[in-house]
Amino acid sequence: MVAEAGHFALFLALFVACAQTVLPMVGAARNNAQWMDFARPAAVIQFVLVAFAFGALMHGFIVSDFSLSVVFQNSHTDKPLMYKISGTWGNHEGSMLLWVLILSIFGCAVAVFGANLPPALRARVLAIQSFIAVGFYLFLLLTSNPFSRQIPVPFNGQGLNPLLQDPGLAIHPPMLYLGYVGFSMAFSFAIAALIEGRVDAAWGRWVRPWTLAAWGFLTGGITLGSWWAYYELGWGGWWFWDPVENASFMPWLAGTALLHSAIMVEKRDTMKGWTVFLAIVTFSLSLLGTFLVRSGVLTSVHAFATDPSRGVFILLLLIIVIGGSFALFAWRGPTIRNTGVFQPISREGGLLLNNLVMTTAAAAVLLGTLYPLFLDALDGDKVSVGAPFFEAVFIPIVMPMILAMAVGPLLGWKRADLRFALSRLRLAFVLSGLIGLATWSLVTDGPFMGVIGLTLAAWLGLGTLVELAGRIRLFRVPFSESLSRLSRSPRSSWGMTLGHLGLAIAIAGMTGAGSWKVESIQTMSPGETVNVGGYDYTFMGAEDGQGPNYSYTRGTFTVTRNGQPVVTMHPENRRYPVRSMPTTEAAIHSLFLGDLYAVVGDADGSDGSYVTRLYWNPLVAWMWVGAIVMVTGAAVSLSDRRFRVGVPQRRKAELSPVAKT
Amino acid sequence: MKRKYKRLTFVAIAGVFIAVAAGLMLSAFEENIVFFRTPGDIASGAIEEGRRIRLGGLVAEESVTPGADGLVHFVITDTVDTVAVNYVGILPDLFREGQGVIAEGTLVNGVFIADEVLAKHDENYMPPEVSDAIKEAGQWYQDGEHGSGDGESGDNGTEGQ
Repeated sequence: MVAEAGHFALFLALFVACAQTVLPMVGAARNNAQWMDFARPAAVIQFVLVAFAFGALMHGFIVSDFSLSVVFQNSHTDKPLMYKISGTWGNHEGSMLLWVLILSIFGCAVAVFGANLPPALRARVLAIQSFIAVGFYLFLLLTSNPFSRQIPVPFNGQGLNPLLQDPGLAIHPPMLYLGYVGFSMAFSFAIAALIEGRVDAAWGRWVRPWTLAAWGFLTGGITLGSWWAYYELGWGGWWFWDPVENASFMPWLAGTALLHSAIMVEKRDTMKGWTVFLAIVTFSLSLLGTFLVRSGVLTSVHAFATDPSRGVFILLLLIIVIGGSFALFAWRGPTIRNTGVFQPISREGGLLLNNLVMTTAAAAVLLGTLYPLFLDALDGDKVSVGAPFFEAVFIPIVMPMILAMAVGPLLGWKRADLRFALSRLRLAFVLSGLIGLATWSLVTDGPFMGVIGLTLAAWLGLGTLVELAGRIRLFRVPFSESLSRLSRSPRSSWGMTLGHLGLAIAIAGMTGAGSWKVESIQTMSPGETVNVGGYDYTFMGAEDGQGPNYSYTRGTFTVTRNGQPVVTMHPENRRYPVRSMPTTEAAIHSLFLGDLYAVVGDADGSDGSYVTRLYWNPLVAWMWVGAIVMVTGAAVSLSDRRFRVGVPQRRKAELSPVAKT
Repeated sequence: MKRKYKRLTFVAIAGVFIAVAAGLMLSAFEENIVFFRTPGDIASGAIEEGRRIRLGGLVAEESVTPGADGLVHFVITDTVDTVAVNYVGILPDLFREGQGVIAEGTLVNGVFIADEVLAKHDENYMPPEVSDAIKEAGQWYQDGEHGSGDGESGDNGTEGQ
């Protein structure tokens, strides 16, 4: 019964969404306040209905209602409660339901917090948001009904894919979707602005926090996925340039560009058409990502068992949304006028460079990801474009940006003195050069790119600190005054500092992990010792045991360095009988300079020896720390009260076209 | 600087940057693309030895034999032709006999030396290239979507010969 109620709620949500698409849009055109106001309660009702449907599906998972085919295929009574819950979105139908749930949350947020938005803009934004929702409700109800029943009711389920039974992966999809779908806000605002033919500073003030929130979630979601791959797949890899990873990375790149160009709209009243364009591109890439993941057109580790009709449906949706919005942009875009002017060497110039690099990088990733599809369609030849391609293209493209990133924040708006900015970076230049030299002399093997990567990371990190020191006039005024300046500096500039600093730390981590990894695969009998990356691993044997819904083999290693004990590690090899599928639980011990990483494989003969894999993964923890710093930056910046106080000033902004900062 | 020239500067910088990026991509496409091949292609002699390819098919039943120090020997089949594969490294968790698999590496003296083996995260899933390869070999039988539930029916109706 609960499932039928959920199914019915989804139908109701579709009807509400249809009404919410049409009435407010027409109301805004005719200046009918009542019709426009319909959007707000409708958005709230939509959210309540979808939340109910989602709750109904989750209920099915929790009580193990195997008459629901989704539950049958993805759950099992022996599964721990946490994975029964996360199983709700660990499958195609449920994850699409999560998609629309998050979409409705964002719509509801505009309705609730958008009291100070101009009514026409709010009505249009909600109508467009609802239009996207209509597409996805139809997709769910027509091709991927999560509530479809099956008869006879099976006695037990097939269990969730064991690889997905992991805390990191339980929250990875919701985070990622909050990011993907969060960009729908920027999209809806962009389309509304195109219809109105007006973009102003107040518009920028609305778009920027939503973009920032989506960007923060996406950063977190991508990192969680990468972290999961690192500890779960059992060989220390963390990024594979897999099509589906690229699908989440492309909106991240475009969203990063959007984040920076929205600053120019808000503060300088310039680059408005471009920002609208970026908002459309970013969300289009999110939709494309959904298509790539859900249609299974590309070989990917993420593809669920697929159904071509779903791919066709999403492709159609993609064409309508992306094609329609680009056509609208071509038609209405030229009406958007910029008032701010600036010289090439200026803060705006720096932000523009960021935009240029980010969009080029996103385009390169897009081409590389879709190239196999093009080639297959053209002459039927199957190819794979893998990590070597992306590394050869992506790294050189972003390098100039990292160089410029240290300089940009030191430049003033409109017109700036590059020599002055560079002279402030003298110390950072010397220090990062020294760090590069030190790396080069200490680490004799490995690629030279590693040295360059660490030097660039140091340059970016130090440059960001120089900007911070300049802002609080460190060592120029008494220290206590510097501290008070520090506490008074706006949260959004804190966001910038943390965001850039986090990236610097993450780049150091990626460089280390990519350049100087040490790997050793061997058969070890109990008592045998192997040295990997300067650490001695002694294998103490392995024993078998039983977990909640799996059996395992747990190995024990004691690790020493120069005879000093470091840590005892317990990697596991788990077997899930329901899916007769093993998983690897690597034992990881993070140190400042790198991770000790041990995996135990299959038994080799009956003398107690096992195949073991031992790794030294340098600087890996820096990636996770860097990502946490970046997400913190986004959160701090979001808490800036200017985002809230500044918004009602739209009226004034309308009177005088010159934006205030 | 006049507005017009300024705009020209921006366009020129962007143009140069994009041209460099396009050049990078073209050369990378030239060097780093890996073609997908099937055991049938290798049997027909269409594969140049030493060139990096992806080989896809099913892992033949009872063909996996571990050697010393992580060396694994197995056979990839498209149900008509077979290729012997040598691989040093870790087999993915989902690597099983009778399952779809993709190996990346080079062909040396008729033996495929793989340095990467990909299997999928979901046991019901078969890489589209592999299912196409088997269809091409005319050996494709579609069975029920959900298998028998005990997870042992991984062969998807394409029993090794």
